[in-house]
Amino acid sequence: MDHSILMAILLLSPFVGFLINGVRYKQPTYKISGGIATAAVFISFICSVLLFSDLVGMPADQRKIHVKFFEWLNVDKFKVDAAFYIDQISGIMILIITGVGTLIHLFSTEYMHHDKGVTKYFAYLNLFIFNMLILVLGDSLLTMFVGWEGVGLCSYLLIGFWFTDKDKAAAGMKAFITNRVGDAAFLLGMFILFSTFGTLNIQEINGLAPTTVETSWMGALTLGTMFLFIGATGKSAQIPLYVWLPDAMAGPTPVSALIHAATMVTAGIYMIVRLNPIFIMTPNTMLVIAIIGALTALMAASIGITQWDIKKVLAYSTVSQLGYMFLAVGVGAFGAGLFHVMTHAFFKALMFLGSGSVIHAMHEEQDIRKMGGLKKYMPITHWTFFLGWLAIIGIPPFAGFFSKDEILWLSFHSPMGHPVLWAVGVVSAGMTAFYMTRLMCLTFWGKSRVPKSVHPHESPAMMTIPLIVLAVLSVVGGWIGIPEVIGHTFGHIPNYLGEWLAPVVRPIPNLAEADHSLEWALMGTSLGVASISAFISYHFYVKSPEIPGKIANSIKPVYELVFKKYLVDELYFKTIINPLVEVSRKVWYYIDVNFIDKITYVLADLIKGGGGVTRSLQTGNVQIYAMYIAIGLVIALSVIIIK
Amino acid sequence: MQNNFFTDISLNHYLVLSSILFVIGMAGVLLRRNVIVILMCVELMLNAVNISFIAFSKYTQNVDGQIMVFFVMTIAAAEAAVGLALAVTIFKRFKEVNIKFFEHLRG
Repeated sequence: MDHSILMAILLLSPFVGFLINGVRYKQPTYKISGGIATAAVFISFICSVLLFSDLVGMPADQRKIHVKFFEWLNVDKFKVDAAFYIDQISGIMILIITGVGTLIHLFSTEYMHHDKGVTKYFAYLNLFIFNMLILVLGDSLLTMFVGWEGVGLCSYLLIGFWFTDKDKAAAGMKAFITNRVGDAAFLLGMFILFSTFGTLNIQEINGLAPTTVETSWMGALTLGTMFLFIGATGKSAQIPLYVWLPDAMAGPTPVSALIHAATMVTAGIYMIVRLNPIFIMTPNTMLVIAIIGALTALMAASIGITQWDIKKVLAYSTVSQLGYMFLAVGVGAFGAGLFHVMTHAFFKALMFLGSGSVIHAMHEEQDIRKMGGLKKYMPITHWTFFLGWLAIIGIPPFAGFFSKDEILWLSFHSPMGHPVLWAVGVVSAGMTAFYMTRLMCLTFWGKSRVPKSVHPHESPAMMTIPLIVLAVLSVVGGWIGIPEVIGHTFGHIPNYLGEWLAPVVRPIPNLAEADHSLEWALMGTSLGVASISAFISYHFYVKSPEIPGKIANSIKPVYELVFKKYLVDELYFKTIINPLVEVSRKVWYYIDVNFIDKITYVLADLIKGGGGVTRSLQTGNVQIYAMYIAIGLVIALSVIIIK
Repeated sequence: MQNNFFTDISLNHYLVLSSILFVIGMAGVLLRRNVIVILMCVELMLNAVNISFIAFSKYTQNVDGQIMVFFVMTIAAAEAAVGLALAVTIFKRFKEVNIKFFEHLRG
């Protein structure tokens, strides 16, 4: 079929789904609504597969499907088309979005069946897929920004889906406002790039990328990429704008899986990878990205250790894994970053859906202190979660191992990397292994602490099938990007992903020849750290559950600080939000109420008084009006005659 | 030869007659309360104007004024029809034809 038709179906199918479910938003029929929504995304998935296979069939250096629908804006030199293109990067993204999206829609159909707003929910979910596709396929930064804002809107709507609960509504607003801060920076970045290159078209910008690096901190490109990165910190939940993501868990769990783990939050990384020719030329921005990424990975992982809410643990885990991805792109390993986006989409979506299955079984209970021993009640959920657990803590040959290992290796080996960044990454990996094992132990293993009134049960097939599919992907997903050192040892297994991305991703400049023994050693170190910390965690939470409490008590101030999330929210309230509210209130009182309002009142009074005077002329008596006419006529005539 | 005001009829006579009729009509429109009388007074004013049209037409030997009179008469007929319809409506509603009932547009 023609590419433009396929592209149109790919984009419009979820939108049509949104319109259908949006019109009948009050219907409580979850099977029909879920069926429509799932079918819409599945059609998109088929289109993605067809387009992707066409892409594979093309010669390696010409892989690009570009479809221009119409000219959107044309103002002087500023031209933007409603055009979309699929290349090696966006091809992978649309497969993830529509593929994982289909599974999550299927899961949602069962998960949300008791909810009255189920049709509205599916309408939002389809709208999200539509916007996400626009984000990844748009051929200019402005088109991307449309999707960028659109997914932000859907995220807001879905976080606050149960808006009658004030906390959940507030979480939605928090996400929206925090994202707005990032979006403002994204806009500034676009302005700078436009004034530098005179275009917002991504391919043109990449083609115009300078050939020499920009070393100045205040150079146009450095500023532009820096602002774009700040935009990315908002959407992808990095320091300092990560605070919204843990709160975003207020939304339904499949939403957390789709939007706040697998797709939307990776938009920032995707944007940087798509603009990699620009970013690679601004080493200062890259340095900032790598440092922020590493710090976020470390900090979020440490918070994850202390949390008791199953979804909060996964949320901080997501923030931490996103930090890894930024670490990767920050050291120039764009391919590794995108690889981790992909594997993370599989195993984190799996774990969120698994937690959804658990929460469903536990009748909306999310506190892992009230779980335990669920293994025997929910075997499928347990085993799929188990595979996700192996993938995230980086045990070979599961997906997370390959992507995480490549990131860690390149953060050490790349000239833009540093052993310190590697060390932070390894420590975070150890923490990840610790809190994930803790989550496994407290939820599925050990003694049951389930209250007597709750009878956990395995979820129905509609929920377990997506889990199984994602579990398989979490196992095999990493095999397409086996690093050269392992592939070489086990008989020339090629790094498919690396070769696939090579034409569109700039190589790391001045990359030294890899020292295989060093690479093995580092790999062994990170694997060792992860295994040991997983083992310690297992020991703590299954064998002798009293130890963690004792440790927490012995370092109480530190534990409290971490448990309260480093008091970042409180800090933001104290330094930014409250002063802002205070100033706004003063501005409102003195400028709006006492100045602007007063002016309008005075004006209104004047006009009212004037009206009162002239009103008395209008008596309603026709003859008096006729008199006015006569008098006017006499005056006019007198003027003419006397003149 | 001296002009005799009463025997030699000139343009001025017509104009004076026209003005007198016009002023009478206007006074009626402005002062009378009876709707029908007011309508009659309006007719009077129109016809006063007609007289001056004819007079000027004759004086300047130009038929334009006479044509205009036909127009005025047509309009006057239409206006009388509308006006009388209004008067009938007022009468039906208030059992009176007093203009004071038309005062609802007071500001």
